[in-house]
Amino acid sequence: MFGVVLVLLMIGGAVFADLLVAAEPNRISPRDRFQGPSLAHLMGTDQLGRDLFSRVLHGGRIALSVALISIAASLVIGVVLGLIAGYGPRWLDNLMILLFDAIKSFPTVMLALALVTLFGPSLTAVMVVVVLVNVPGYARIIRTQTLALKSAQFVTAAQSMGAGTARVLRAHVLPNVIGPLLILASMDIPVVIAIEAGMSFLGLGVRPPTPSWGAILNDGFTAIRDTPWIAIAGGLPIILTTLGFTFLGETLRDVFDPRLKARG
Amino acid sequence: MLSYSLKRLGLAVAIVSVAMLLLFAMIYLIPGDPAAVALGPRATEAMREALRIKMGLDQPVWIQFWNFFINAWQGDLGNEVLSNRPVAKVVMEQLPSTLALIVGGMAWSIALGIPLGCWTAVKRGGMADRIVGVFSVAVIAVPSFVVAIYALLIFSVSLRWLPAIGAGEPGDIGDQLVHLILPSLAVGLGWVGYIARMVRASMLEVLEAPHIRTARAFGLPDRQITYRYALTIAILPTVTLLGVGIGQMLSSAVFAEIVFARPGVGKLVYDAILTRNYPLVTGAVLVTTVLFILINLIADLVVGYLDPRVRSRL
Repeated sequence: MFGVVLVLLMIGGAVFADLLVAAEPNRISPRDRFQGPSLAHLMGTDQLGRDLFSRVLHGGRIALSVALISIAASLVIGVVLGLIAGYGPRWLDNLMILLFDAIKSFPTVMLALALVTLFGPSLTAVMVVVVLVNVPGYARIIRTQTLALKSAQFVTAAQSMGAGTARVLRAHVLPNVIGPLLILASMDIPVVIAIEAGMSFLGLGVRPPTPSWGAILNDGFTAIRDTPWIAIAGGLPIILTTLGFTFLGETLRDVFDPRLKARG
Repeated sequence: MLSYSLKRLGLAVAIVSVAMLLLFAMIYLIPGDPAAVALGPRATEAMREALRIKMGLDQPVWIQFWNFFINAWQGDLGNEVLSNRPVAKVVMEQLPSTLALIVGGMAWSIALGIPLGCWTAVKRGGMADRIVGVFSVAVIAVPSFVVAIYALLIFSVSLRWLPAIGAGEPGDIGDQLVHLILPSLAVGLGWVGYIARMVRASMLEVLEAPHIRTARAFGLPDRQITYRYALTIAILPTVTLLGVGIGQMLSSAVFAEIVFARPGVGKLVYDAILTRNYPLVTGAVLVTTVLFILINLIADLVVGYLDPRVRSRL
């Protein structure tokens, strides 16, 4: 329940950001800089006098859109690669598994740092990192289940009735393997939000002045000795959102896959 | 065991090789001429050409990769751009500081995680179990850099209990340990939750086992049953997990080093990106990746030694 409330608050805040606060997220007002929380500025203002509450709400849009787009992309790529590995020839399967293991052997942040040197800091770089981090895991799950289904009777039946590979995969294998993956992907949302915030915190994600929670946290870190408000304003939404999505994911998992509950 | 070890070792070598290939592809795809980047805008075309030949950039791609591959396996990662020192040496100088941070994070997560996991397994379903359960999920979910900033804010800036920056006076172990407390907490806190959940889950399984029932029937004290007979078995899955844990801690360490201005590999890579010192970036990424693969290899070998069933799965 707690998770649902937090997630709804976060989505609501991001969607209705313009209605909820009058202040523009990027409007600079030097006279108002470093103000503490007040009725005019619920979370205070940053080093440029920008309203932090407005920036936090608009930052939610960045966090949500990055999470949704990159997880959707990871799902599509992961499913396709997983089906190929599971249904295709043995040598290709082994090769792909080795490649997945190699990608997963890079520590996430190190991979992100290496990729940013390649693409330059941008949200695209963040999304590529997320896709690279997620695809091996997704593909592996799909592959394992596809392998198990490959010799199932209904698959053999479809083949003997003349169904081509594409039809077997789409109509018979995919519907049976996608369920658990969707639950797993929903549990990855907080992880992706953390990656975006982390890279933006390092200055490797969004470009200023775009509001992102990580960027706000970085502004707060720079000014941490003078005013704690900015760091608190940047960290709080990250904490609440990751908590909300994690609790929600756990609930979803317990509902849809009670077998896993015993393990938690 | 020997056949399992050799297979596992072969797999590790293959993964390292593919990781090197991926990293090389990345360097190769970086837009712009590495020689021009290294020499700066004021270099003449002749100087650039000379450096290109020296760096082997005039060779075909596959020869470039082969040279990179052979040199990397021999520990030669090229020279960094700014001071022209060997990359491997620069990275190795920073590694102990990062390792100290990870060992510290490990210490936090084991010292808090294992007792919490045992305690909640024994008192399952109670109030304490539920509170620790929520706490575990919470610390797993919250990213380490937020923990780092908030810890800095609370314990260094507001309360002034612990130092905010640096790694402490060289040679003064006590001072270095004090400087390690907050950064290692930021690195290890998430894993307190993971280990607590993992230990709790496998303790619940083990506590149902026949030999525990026998121990109870013999009237052994609860404490002895929990810690001596149940925990020694229940700890096994956690050992495998620690390998993965160290990899994630390597990631968290980057943030902890930047927030607390500590020397280390993470800070090194970050600074190298800002100064466009690409050989240093790729070299440091390769070293940490190989380190991570090595740690997972060791974790798997330890588990394979302790649990023979694992050996047949490879």
